[in-house]
Amino acid sequence: MSAGQLPRWVDYGLIPVLNLAAAFLVSGLVVILIGENPIDAVKILLWGSLGYGEGVGFTLFFATNFIFTGLAVAVAFHAGMFNIGGEGQAYLGGLGVAMACLAMDQYVPWWVTLPFAVLGSALMGAAWAFIPAWLQARRGSHVVITTIMFNFIAASLMVYLLNNVLKKAGSMQSETRTFEDGGRLPFLNDIFPGFGFDYAPVNLSLFVALLACVLVWLLIWRTKLGFEIRSFGANPTAAVYAGISPVRTIIVTMLISGGLAGMMAINEIMGSQHRLLIDYVAGYGFVGIAVALMGRSHPVGIVLAAILFGMLYQGGAELSFEMPAITRDMIVVIQGLVILFAGALEYMFRPALIRLFASGTGPSAQAA
Amino acid sequence: MNKPNMSQGLDTSTQPAIELRKINKSFGPVHANKDIDLLVKKGSIHGIIGENGAGKSTLMSILYGFYTADDGDILVDGKTVTIPDSKTAISLGIGMVHQHFMLVDNFSVLENVVLGAEGGASLSGGLGRAKSELQRLEDEYELKVDPDALIEDLPVGLQQRVEILKALFRGAEILILDEPTGVLTPSEADHLFKILDVLKNQGKTILLITHKLREIMAITDTVSVMRRGEMVATRKTSETSMSELAELMVGRSVLLNVDKKPAEPKERVLEVNNLSVVDSRGVKVVKDVSFNVRAGEIVGIAGVSGNGQSELLETIAGIRRADQGTLWIDGDEIDLRAKPLDPAEMREKSLGHVPEDRHRMGLVTKFAEYENSILGYHTDAIYSKGPLLDIAKIKQLAEVEIEKYDIRPPSPLLKTANFSGGNQQKIVLAREIERDPTVLLVGQPTRGVDIGAIEFIHKRIVELRDAGKGILLVSVELDEIRSLADRILVMFDGKIVGERTPDADEGELGLLMAGVEGEAK
Repeated sequence: MSAGQLPRWVDYGLIPVLNLAAAFLVSGLVVILIGENPIDAVKILLWGSLGYGEGVGFTLFFATNFIFTGLAVAVAFHAGMFNIGGEGQAYLGGLGVAMACLAMDQYVPWWVTLPFAVLGSALMGAAWAFIPAWLQARRGSHVVITTIMFNFIAASLMVYLLNNVLKKAGSMQSETRTFEDGGRLPFLNDIFPGFGFDYAPVNLSLFVALLACVLVWLLIWRTKLGFEIRSFGANPTAAVYAGISPVRTIIVTMLISGGLAGMMAINEIMGSQHRLLIDYVAGYGFVGIAVALMGRSHPVGIVLAAILFGMLYQGGAELSFEMPAITRDMIVVIQGLVILFAGALEYMFRPALIRLFASGTGPSAQAA
Repeated sequence: MNKPNMSQGLDTSTQPAIELRKINKSFGPVHANKDIDLLVKKGSIHGIIGENGAGKSTLMSILYGFYTADDGDILVDGKTVTIPDSKTAISLGIGMVHQHFMLVDNFSVLENVVLGAEGGASLSGGLGRAKSELQRLEDEYELKVDPDALIEDLPVGLQQRVEILKALFRGAEILILDEPTGVLTPSEADHLFKILDVLKNQGKTILLITHKLREIMAITDTVSVMRRGEMVATRKTSETSMSELAELMVGRSVLLNVDKKPAEPKERVLEVNNLSVVDSRGVKVVKDVSFNVRAGEIVGIAGVSGNGQSELLETIAGIRRADQGTLWIDGDEIDLRAKPLDPAEMREKSLGHVPEDRHRMGLVTKFAEYENSILGYHTDAIYSKGPLLDIAKIKQLAEVEIEKYDIRPPSPLLKTANFSGGNQQKIVLAREIERDPTVLLVGQPTRGVDIGAIEFIHKRIVELRDAGKGILLVSVELDEIRSLADRILVMFDGKIVGERTPDADEGELGLLMAGVEGEAK
C-alpha cells in the first residue's frame, strides 16, 4: 500500500545478501591492493571455515558466542534499546559460571553443574545490566552511555578479582584453577566423533545457544511480556496507553538482555577454557551488535549471521596463516567491512530497492 | 534594521508587504492549503485565525521556506519570489517567532541572537558588534532583555522577546508570530501586544497566527479566517465581530445526520470532581473541572482544540498525572493526586478509551491488525494458554471484530499501517467497544476518516449509549458534538464555561468556545 513496503523475501533475504556482497567486493579490492589474489583468498577463507571438520568445529564454536551476544542485543532492540554492554555483561557472566564450576566440579558430574552455571552466568550478566537499566528507567540516563561505561568497569573489576581474590595460590597467571571434569562441558568431538571436529573446542553449549534461540522466539512473539516489549519498542506512547509500564519494561528487558550476554561465558569458560581468565570476551560482545543487526533481531537470522561471523573468525585465522601478506589486522578490516555494510549501512540499498519494486512490479509487489 | 519605514500604518496606498496568489500544498491525500490568496499591508498587524489543523501553520511554513508550495505565487514587496529555505526568507526580510522557541537553553541571550549570523570565524569581534546592535534594537523597540542572561534563567515571556530580537537582528521587516500567546500568562500576553504595537508604529509588518478570537480583536488591523485548508474570509477588524469570526471559523456545514432516539439517562457512571492538570511546561491546562456522565447518555465536550480537552481525557484514562481532583467510577472514589490508577487499572474499572490520536497512541502501526486488537487487553486471561499467548484464538477473535465492524481489507495479518484512516479507527473502536465498557472515553472519533466510516462510527457510539453505557465524547468538530451528544459541555482555557443542549444556537456555542461567555445572548 504505502511506499516503503518491500516483500519479505527482499527485506530478509536480498538485502542482507546485497550488503554482504558489497562488503566482500570492497574487501576484495583491499586484497588486490596488497597484491594478493582475492579469489584465492575467498577460497582459503571458505576452506578454512567450512572445508574440513576441525574448521567447521571452530566456526561453530565462535558462532555459539555470537548467538548469545546477538540474542542479547536483539532482545533489547525489540524494546527500542541499544545494549552496548554485552561485552561487560558476558565478562561478568564468566564469574557466575566460574563460581558454579569451582564450587561443584569436584563433587558432581557436568550435567549437574550445567544448570547452575547457566543460572549463574545469566544472573551475573543480568545484574551487570540492572544498574544501567535502572538508571535509564528511573533517571533517564541513556543506556548506550551507561552500558559502554559499565564495560570498562567490568574489565577493571574482573582484573581486580582475578588478581586478588580468585587467583590460584602460587601462580603468576591472573586466572582461577582449572576446573575438574564436573566443571567441563563435553566437546562435540567426543559426542559425535564422526564429524571429525578434532581439536575444535565446539561443545555442548551450542545446543544451549540453540535452545536460547527458541526461548527468545517464544518470549518475543508468543508471550505477554514479549508483546509488551515490542509495543514499547515500536510506540512508547501507545504502550503507556495500553497500561504497559515503561519502567518495568525497560528493566525487565535489560535483565533478559544482560542474562543472555552473560550466558556466552558458558561456551568460553565451561566449554573451552575450563578456567576463568582475563579478557576472554575479546570483542564477542560488540560483534553481537552486528550479528543482531544483520539477523534482523530474529533468532533464525541471528543463527545465520552468527555462523557467518564464525566463518570470518575461523576462515580469517586460516587466511592470515596461508597468506602472510594478509595479516591478522587485515582480517579485522574485512570483519569491520562486513559489520559496516551489514550493520551501520544496513539501509543503504533499501531506498533504491523500494523504488525498483514500486515502479517495476507495481501492485503485485504489495504484500496481501 | 536598514531604513525605518516612514509610512505610519494606515496609509492604504502602499504596496502590500506580502501577497500570496493561489497557494496550494498537499501532504499525501491531505490538502492542507487550497488556493490561498492573501494580501498583507505594509506596516499593519494582520491576524490569521482558524482552528488547529485549518492550515495556518502550513501556510506560514511556506512563507518561511520550511515547505515549498505545490503551486501558486509569493510576492514580497511586489516582486515574485521563490523561498526554498528559511535563509532566503530571512534575506527577504521575513522573520518568524515559532510557537516552540528555537533557542539554545544554556547559551546567553546575545549568543542566541547571533547564532547563525556570527559574521566571521572569530566569535569575539562579532559578539562585540552584535552587542551594540542588540542594545540599539532593545532601545528602539522597547524590548528590554539582559544580553548576558542565560536563556534557561529567563521566564517564557522574555524568551519570546529574545525570539523577536533574533528576527529583528536579522533585519526582519515582516514578522510572523505563530500562536505567540500559547505559553504566556495574561499579563505577559498584554505586554507582547504592546511590543507588537511599537513594532507596527516603527513600520514593521506583523502576521499573527492564532486561534484566539480575543487576541485578534485586541491587536490586529485586518483578519483572515482559515477553515479546513481554505481562506474563507478577510475582514477589517474594526468592521467585524467575535461572533462573526467564530461562525466563520467553525463553519456552517450541514448537520450530520445521526439517527438516534432521545437519551434515557440513568444512574451516574463517571464523576469528575475539581480536576486540575499541570502539563510538562508547568502550565495549568485543566482548571478545577467537575462534571458527571450517566449511563445511557453521551456527554460531549466542545471547544477549540488546545483548551485542555486532550489533557482532560488522558487524565481520566490514567495516562496523565493530575494536580488535584477525584474520580468516581465503578463504585470507587479515586484520588487522582495521591493514588492515581494506571491505564491498565482504569481498564479493570471498565473504562474504555478511544484516544484522540490513533497513530501516536491508539495503535502500534508496525503491528499486525490482530496484535492491535488486544493492545491494552493483552493480559486478559482469554488470550493466554498457559504461559503463552493463544495466537490462534486472538486471530480468530480479531476476525470476528473485522467482520462486525466491516474493517477492510479483512485481514488480521496485515500491518496496521497499511489500513486506511477510517479502518484504523474502526480497529481501535472495535477493540474498545467489544470489551463492553461501562464508560467509554472517545476523542476525535472521526478525525481524518472518510464519510462512510464516519457514519458507521457514529452509529456504533449511539448503539453503545442505547445499551446503557456512559460516553464522554471530545471533538473539535462542533457538528459532530451537536449531532451525537445529549449534553454539551464547552471547554475554554482549561475550564468548563457552560453546559448547553445539542439544539443550542450555533453562534452561542461558538461564542462560548471562543471564551466570550458574557456576550452570549
